[in-house]
Amino acid sequence: MTAEKLLLPAQGPWTIPRRVFGNAQRLLRTHAFRLAALYFLVFAASVLGVLLFVYWTSADFVERQTEATLDAEITGLAEQYAQRGLSGLAQIVAARSAGDRGDGMLYLVTDPSGRPLAGNIAAWPEGVPARAGRLSFTTAARVKDRVETHPAQGASFIIPGGYRLLVGRDISDATAFRDRVKITLLWAGLIALGIGLLGGTAMSRNLLRRVEQVNRTSERVMAGNLSDRVPLDGTSDEFDQLAANLNRMLDQIERLMTAMREVTDDVAHDLKTPLSRLRVRLELALLGPADGSGQTEAIRSAIDEADRLLATFNALLSIAELESGTRRDESEALDLSEVARSAAELYEPVAEEKGFVLFLATEPGVRIRGSRHLLSQALANLLDNALKYAGGGEIQIRVLRDEGRAALEVADRGQGIPEADRETVFDRFVRLERSRSTPGNGLGLSLVRAVVRRHRGTVELADNWPGLRVRLEFPELAT
Amino acid sequence: MKLLVVEDDRETALYLVKGLSESGYTVDRAGDGRDGLFLATSGSYDAIVLDRMLPNMDGLAMLGALRAAGISTPALILSALGSVDDRVKGLRAGGDDYLVKPFAFSELLARLEALLRRGSVAAATTKLRVADLELDLLTRTVRRRDKPIEVLPREFRLLEYLMRNAGHVVTRTMLLEHVWDYHFDPQTNVIDVHVSRLRQKIDKNFDSPLLHTVRGAGYCLRAPEPPAA
Repeated sequence: MTAEKLLLPAQGPWTIPRRVFGNAQRLLRTHAFRLAALYFLVFAASVLGVLLFVYWTSADFVERQTEATLDAEITGLAEQYAQRGLSGLAQIVAARSAGDRGDGMLYLVTDPSGRPLAGNIAAWPEGVPARAGRLSFTTAARVKDRVETHPAQGASFIIPGGYRLLVGRDISDATAFRDRVKITLLWAGLIALGIGLLGGTAMSRNLLRRVEQVNRTSERVMAGNLSDRVPLDGTSDEFDQLAANLNRMLDQIERLMTAMREVTDDVAHDLKTPLSRLRVRLELALLGPADGSGQTEAIRSAIDEADRLLATFNALLSIAELESGTRRDESEALDLSEVARSAAELYEPVAEEKGFVLFLATEPGVRIRGSRHLLSQALANLLDNALKYAGGGEIQIRVLRDEGRAALEVADRGQGIPEADRETVFDRFVRLERSRSTPGNGLGLSLVRAVVRRHRGTVELADNWPGLRVRLEFPELAT
Repeated sequence: MKLLVVEDDRETALYLVKGLSESGYTVDRAGDGRDGLFLATSGSYDAIVLDRMLPNMDGLAMLGALRAAGISTPALILSALGSVDDRVKGLRAGGDDYLVKPFAFSELLARLEALLRRGSVAAATTKLRVADLELDLLTRTVRRRDKPIEVLPREFRLLEYLMRNAGHVVTRTMLLEHVWDYHFDPQTNVIDVHVSRLRQKIDKNFDSPLLHTVRGAGYCLRAPEPPAA
């Protein structure tokens, strides 16, 4: 037999207990287990207390009843004796002993030598001293056709002249009752403790399971599965709240990561071209004659190109910052008409020069909460677009109130945007084919949308018959 | 005029020192916040150009320490952080102007000169005058050669800013910031049209133009050169 063969069977029985033991050890270390154990101990202690209380009260009650019956009997006999003397006592004892009354009462009157005079006990019980006082003894009782030894409780008296009286009660029923109670309570206790143990274990396992869910989800998220979420029980208890908060946190992280990835992708796709153009331009300038004139021109255009690139970068970063929600809130209550008026005032001369007519129509007191800076920039982008693409005609800026929403509209008389393109123009770097010849980076509307979303608003492109109408809507600030 | 440049990036610092020296300034350079603070507390500088992120002691902390020491040398903060929030923080820390990296050298120079002038122009002036052009801040009227010129309120502010910086280049961004309070650059040449409208009003019927365009930089309002004797 080889060593491996010797070792192999030994591995089987060892590994399983070790795993079980490992699990048990892990369980012992958990907070949930300690909580459950404490719970169980407190539970067991209170069950025990309740059972003891029940036992003592029920057993005691039966005992007290026996005492009370005895006392009443003794009082009755004492009265008889006082009225009628010894013979009267013997008579009443004989009367009460006659027949089986079923109440378990025992009587005996003896002369000074211990010979019975009256009563339902054959002789003074053995081992019971012949003196006055409380006593316990056994008595032979006839049950159906058998004779059994039953426990009894009673009291004995010495009547003047040496006569003795024994009054007692068969307490076999009470004893049976007590034993019954004992067994019942024992079972009840065992069942309660069993349930407690099961409940504690279930509770601890439930706690453990839910903590484990959170742990597992965190691990999966860390491993790169960003869209994983902690399952909710729908109970909205503390664990559900914890899970919901964690999920919201994960949502935020995912949004940030997605925004970052999108920016990176966009940068890779759309900034490479102008950068290579810049490089080629500088390379050609280096190859050309070094007399200066051509090179100065090349450097100047390179600077322009670099400026455009930087502007694009800044716009991208602003959009990313707005979309990820990392930018600090700089919002204040402001009048939308003021924003519109200020921008209209800035753009009016240039519009006129380019052959446009700029109209401003504002409803007074349309207030929203927002950033003047961001809203101005969004509006400026829309006006830039209108001036670039509409060709001429009128441009209308309107501020109005519509069903509790504050709306800001910029409408032109150009060619508009075909319905199919109205969603995609908001994406980064999207420029409609016909407009490729005009300068721009395709980020204007992306920024507008980011600003609008930041203000919990909506942006909608519509037909102005003819032309484009851009409508920004925000929740109106109640005055 | 003596300037202090506090900038840790060697390349940027050399470029700044070179450009400013060529523009006629004496320039000292510090590579971190501690050296910068040490040099600046000597107090003999006319202006400080300060990077916001510096080793050892960051720019805003250095500026705070300088202001706490009672030194009010005008400071221009350079920063890669460009949101309005960062700008406000920079100005609150004691900066006099804020420029976002990367910047055109002409922009920096124009702003720096505006800062250097700020100390010399009396704030309590009620009338600004450049050659025969006069702007009354109280009655808010403009006259040239004693002839009243009608200007719109915004044009008045535009002219006021140009006149306060008379003889020096003012960039489009500076105008957007100071006259319109916009901290972004529109893609359309909005400022150019405003300036050319103003020029129509103040220069058109006069033989010597005052408002000039400086190519690649901005605008300059200045008195005509006296004819060579």
